[in-house]
Amino acid sequence: MIPLQIVTLALVALGALAVVTTHDPLRQTLVTGLYGLALAVLFVVLQAPDVALSEIVVSSVATPFILLTALAKMQGRRRK
Amino acid sequence: MSRRGRLILFGTSAGVFGAILVWGLTGLPAFGGFNGEYGQIVNGVAGRERHVTNVVAAIVFDYRGFDTLGEEFILFGAVMGVALLLREARDDRERPRDEVRSDAVRAVGLAMVGPTVVFGLFIVAHGYLTPGGGFQGGIALASALVLLYASGRYRAFRAASPQELVDFTEGIGAGGYAVVGIASLLAGSLYLQNFVGLGTKDTLAAGGTIALLNAATALAVAAGMTLLCHEFLEEVMYPE
Repeated sequence: MIPLQIVTLALVALGALAVVTTHDPLRQTLVTGLYGLALAVLFVVLQAPDVALSEIVVSSVATPFILLTALAKMQGRRRK
Repeated sequence: MSRRGRLILFGTSAGVFGAILVWGLTGLPAFGGFNGEYGQIVNGVAGRERHVTNVVAAIVFDYRGFDTLGEEFILFGAVMGVALLLREARDDRERPRDEVRSDAVRAVGLAMVGPTVVFGLFIVAHGYLTPGGGFQGGIALASALVLLYASGRYRAFRAASPQELVDFTEGIGAGGYAVVGIASLLAGSLYLQNFVGLGTKDTLAAGGTIALLNAATALAVAAGMTLLCHEFLEEVMYPE
């Protein structure tokens, strides 16, 4: 393992920890997105750019969008 | 269950699970070691056989094109399921005026729309030459539309993606993939076998049916993701 790989692996581990220790769903959505970006960097470092691109589009567009709309809908209900 | 009982249960199962995990990990190949013979072979022959430089695209849209047909229809089925569950006859309703009022968000977000479209098109078009392809590029294209909503206004987002066009594109994308396969049957080869000219290596005119299937996937994914956003946002925009 080269140092760059060790650093990115550590970043991914930290990111995963940050996701599970964030309790507010709205913040967790954003942290999950950042965690996905860390994963994408790891995939690039491990020479899998195709997987990295998929990870970026899924973790920074698709997942947050679905989670955020669900959260918005739930908040709208709670307000009533 | 008492606290003591829980701890004993947790300790035992964690110990057993940990032992099996460590046992399994010791049997793994060394970090970076790769023994995939199929991968080595495809890496060696794909460039020569299919005239594309992104071997991943050659596998996804050619050697394993039939698997991707299945994935394409999983996505299509999922999007249709969402549309079936959430879509209502509500087009006659007035679209809500939902506008972003922060100047900073508007300026940065709207400035990103154009580059995101270009980026998506680039990723799609060069899918079989450089990393990327129809799936990744398709979502990037859809996210450009979502940016219109996230940094502009809901009405502009809906105006830029008319529902009829999105539905039509989704159908053309998913159906087009299957039709390319039927065309290869009519041309006398196997289903989804590469039957058009392979073109010049390292150019956009390469890969034969890989290019067609890549484009069909891009249409299906971009339209599918946009359709998904329409339905989800309508749920938020029109509180019951």
